[in-house]
Amino acid sequence: MEKLLLLGDEAIAQAAIDAGLSGIFGYPGTPSTEIPEYIQASKEAKEKGIRSNWACNEKTAMEAALGMSYAGKRAMFTCKHVGMNVAADPFMNSAITGVNGGLVYIAADDPSMHSSQNEQDSRFFGDWAMIPILEPSNQQEAYDMVHYAFELSEQFKLPVMIRITTRLAHSRSGVVIRRNAKEQNKVKLPENPKQYILLPVNARRQYNELLAKQEDMIKASTQKGFNQYFDAPDKKIGILACGLAYNYLMENFTQTKCQHPILKVVQYPMPKDMLKKLYEECDSILVLEEGQPLFEQQLQGILNKGKKVMGRLDGTIPRAGELSPAKVGKALGLQVSEGLPIPSLVAPRPPKLCEGCPHADTYRALNEAVADYSKGRIFSDIGCYTLGALPPYNAINTTVDMGASITMAKGAAEAGYQPTIAVIGDSTFTHSGMTGLLDCVVDNIPVTIIILDNSITAMTGSQKSSATGRIESICEGIGVEKEHIRVITPLKKFHEENVKVIQEEIAYQGVSVIIPRRECLVWLNKKRKEERQKQKKQE
Amino acid sequence: MKIDIILCGVGGMGALSSAAIISQAALEMGMYMKQAETHGMAQRGGDVQSHLRLSDKEIASDLIPDGQCDIIISVEPMEALRYLPFLNKEEGWVITNENPFINIPNYPEKEEVLAEVRKVKNSIVFNADKIALDLGNPKGTNMVVLGAASKYLKIDIEKLENAIRSIFGKKGEEVVMANINALRAGREVADKI
Repeated sequence: MEKLLLLGDEAIAQAAIDAGLSGIFGYPGTPSTEIPEYIQASKEAKEKGIRSNWACNEKTAMEAALGMSYAGKRAMFTCKHVGMNVAADPFMNSAITGVNGGLVYIAADDPSMHSSQNEQDSRFFGDWAMIPILEPSNQQEAYDMVHYAFELSEQFKLPVMIRITTRLAHSRSGVVIRRNAKEQNKVKLPENPKQYILLPVNARRQYNELLAKQEDMIKASTQKGFNQYFDAPDKKIGILACGLAYNYLMENFTQTKCQHPILKVVQYPMPKDMLKKLYEECDSILVLEEGQPLFEQQLQGILNKGKKVMGRLDGTIPRAGELSPAKVGKALGLQVSEGLPIPSLVAPRPPKLCEGCPHADTYRALNEAVADYSKGRIFSDIGCYTLGALPPYNAINTTVDMGASITMAKGAAEAGYQPTIAVIGDSTFTHSGMTGLLDCVVDNIPVTIIILDNSITAMTGSQKSSATGRIESICEGIGVEKEHIRVITPLKKFHEENVKVIQEEIAYQGVSVIIPRRECLVWLNKKRKEERQKQKKQE
Repeated sequence: MKIDIILCGVGGMGALSSAAIISQAALEMGMYMKQAETHGMAQRGGDVQSHLRLSDKEIASDLIPDGQCDIIISVEPMEALRYLPFLNKEEGWVITNENPFINIPNYPEKEEVLAEVRKVKNSIVFNADKIALDLGNPKGTNMVVLGAASKYLKIDIEKLENAIRSIFGKKGEEVVMANINALRAGREVADKI
């Protein structure tokens, strides 16, 4: 028996290696990033030839994973919750095609929005696509469930979703791992040659097959043993505790035993018979879900005429934000302990651009270049540079989704609000900005697009960017005129020139691209440190 | 035996390294542990924290329940105050460096911050920066604070030293000893109180 100290993310990655994975596909996004990173750094994975490079975005990543599964091998896809939106097209359709080699999708949600723009619950996606969902409640379960997920996927010929949240992804614990790693599958094409051809005639048949699998999937949820029913005498309340919520519930019962029946659910579809028992035997049901009230809503129904269902919808649990032991304790009417209040003088300390960050120099130049225009014309995007919204820069007016800077700037310009300026990072540009740029070129809209090139995906901790070394040729290829692709160096000493370049391109009545290029300092320091260590080793 | 610890500071000050050292020591001792950390956007100069839970029994929640934290270990005084709702107000300890890290325009007066820390029933507020600097290890503040906290951790300091050795070993003996010396110097402060 070997016990390793692993983050939830790392437990998933190690399990995938041990379960005969052939490739992992993903785009960096907190809190999912450490899963592919672990495999990229693993010597074992390298020896086994497991592919693990970052993809351009979640859609290309998921499609490549589906392709690897098509060829018979086990593949994993990872993303943060909003990445599921980007991958939604292949995701929904892969439930119709089904799979060949085992295919597991990891969706890492971020309730409380520690590092995100919303708190969407990926279980809705899994439920919508009608595929099995696993929601591990601890690191060990995460490890074990990856093995099971691949088996389940190959058994049902369907992709399986594992839904995790920040607290599991970024929490470390001892995990017992299996050392008898499974061999990788051999290349073997699907038995049914029409399986992946979603012409309506095939898709209708496949959809009916998916529907027909549902009862067996429910049986698997009931029989596998991950879902558990704990009976207890006080039936005034029955508790349905999903995923991590179960931990917060149990934290309230370290000294005493819970007197209410508990149904712990970490595998979906919902184990119908177990839930029926809880519902029939108890006077009311408390639903604890780490995320949005998916099953609370289903249990309640539109008319809410059955037994009393308590949870996030009726205010028993706060509607937004992640759960905690205290929130759950209060919902059960328990006495919960309290600490001291935060003294009023404690000031918030929001994240900010690092000292010497190239984006800071770009924002200073941009602010000066647009000083004579009215406010509200800088459309930005997702990345470190989003912090340009905060003082002292106050430099940007929008941040919505990956790539939206360019297309929103275009739409606003088409509304007659000119000039408009988009500010987007290098990696975000190759993620979802390129197609928007093509729209601008095709419609010949006067927008100025600033592509901040720090040669790395910085926000998530220095992952390789697909854009590095390619931005000018991509822009030129898309049709931006060569003389309106301008590269500047965001440094104080070039401030005046940079302001002038930005002003010139804003004045130009067509599509122009400015590329402020200077390496991310965090990345640069990391790289130098690694080089020094390498040198030391050689000595 | 159980001990719930919050380690906090500002991104880049080494709060998470201290957490890793305690975790490593706990693992060696065969304890159950859970350690939740802040990753992602917050690390860019924002407040970072780690909930570290150790126990001889299995642990349910990754987060420490309100009012049950045994010790807050902070490399920055205002950050120590941010997590007071988690502190066991009767028996919990706050151990913090006394020097503010000011990267916001509205940082309160230092003396007022320290006065708030001293209002907590059990606290040690001291100049860990100076001790680290005197040792010629200006980046060692986190280790000095950890050393002071070690008195209340129910973990032998030797176990922490072994953990430092196993975590920093690949960086060479010099780095290991610099950290261990900082740890010991911090412990001396606590022992004198």
